[in-house]
Amino acid sequence: MAVSESEQRRGVVAVIEPGGHKLPLSMAGPGAMGKTGYWRTQRPVVNYERCTGCYLCWLYCPDNVIEMVPGKGPRGQDIPVIDYDYCKGCGVCAAVCPVKAIDMVDESKFLAKEKEEGDGNA
Amino acid sequence: MAVNIKKLPKKPYVIPGHAACPGCPESMGFKYLGMALGDKAVVVIPAGCSSVIQGLWPRQGFGLPILNIVFAAAASTASGLARALKRRGVDAQVVVWAGDGGTADIGFQALSAAAERGEDIIYICVDNEAYMNTGIQRSGLTPYGAWTTTTHTGKKQFKKPMPQIVAAHRVPYVATASVGYPWDFIAKLKKAASIRGFKYIHLHAPCPVGWRFDPSLTAKIAQLAVETGAWILYEYENGKLRLNPPSNRLIDPKKRKPIEEYLKLQGRFRHLKPEDIEMIKKEIETNWEDIIRALKIQGDL
Repeated sequence: MAVSESEQRRGVVAVIEPGGHKLPLSMAGPGAMGKTGYWRTQRPVVNYERCTGCYLCWLYCPDNVIEMVPGKGPRGQDIPVIDYDYCKGCGVCAAVCPVKAIDMVDESKFLAKEKEEGDGNA
Repeated sequence: MAVNIKKLPKKPYVIPGHAACPGCPESMGFKYLGMALGDKAVVVIPAGCSSVIQGLWPRQGFGLPILNIVFAAAASTASGLARALKRRGVDAQVVVWAGDGGTADIGFQALSAAAERGEDIIYICVDNEAYMNTGIQRSGLTPYGAWTTTTHTGKKQFKKPMPQIVAAHRVPYVATASVGYPWDFIAKLKKAASIRGFKYIHLHAPCPVGWRFDPSLTAKIAQLAVETGAWILYEYENGKLRLNPPSNRLIDPKKRKPIEEYLKLQGRFRHLKPEDIEMIKKEIETNWEDIIRALKIQGDL
């Protein structure tokens, strides 16, 4: 039994052999619960001047939204870049940072700004 | 086995946008599981928070093959899976990722039987000290004095000594770990994967929702639990007990931080009276005495 084009586009149906039964299958991918960035009330903001590139925030982030970019810091260090689409704003990164380079800022400040710019995110 | 943080795999085994609460220790722990075992791991998850964290079809938030199964059958399912994969010649490591209820209460007989048969699996108990997924009910691993929705005045019984119970099955590897010390957990997982037979790792995972603390403190509270001596990091390798850093420096009670530092951050211990804190201190002291006695018998102390 072939998988139809519309089913393939959704990427959700697997054919199990033998028997050829079509089964709904969850595929690993971002956004299993949508853009979880909407849950956030406080936004982590990284001060790259202070950051030493120690990787601790990357290691502890429970949502895996921090990506380490090698050699892009002001002193040539590796720096964390946060994906705000999915960051839930728990603040674990700010709490484990040994040099206090991550500040938790109220989300309302960013939402007001984004509204002005017409981002539609608010 | 030292772990270099910068050389850990960058591949996401926990994928952004999953359904965990902010500051979840289980998704943290699962990330370390992926980092340690890589694509070799096949995970069996009984009912619990981790079955919810995966999110809704057609996506899933964990980047490893997962079999979701009922509470009572996690270890027995993993036994069959490990044997079948071996016969089919697949190079895989079957891992059970169970909560404290799925380990110490409902899943206990399957765990005990798999340990007795010596199945080639890694059993990880993610211990958040209550049934968090169903609404914070007490479990056999809830500590003395802790508030839950079924123990309003604090639990009156002590925590089950789960690692010792499994170690009494004489399995090749039993260890305790904490989400506050990922390098220790990753090293223990790698060691467990290199051993054949039944391996058990007990992962301490502070839950911000159920323990009533700020989500940013997950890692800090996990570290405080170890530094105050409330949670001890050790491993039994072929029956031989060894303390791991930083717990190996804390045999002397004077070197431990006061337990109040750990208790005062958590809302579930808010109602404690001084005599309750004395009871908790006594329990911790008993746990340490057991460890020290075992080390003395081995001649390591």
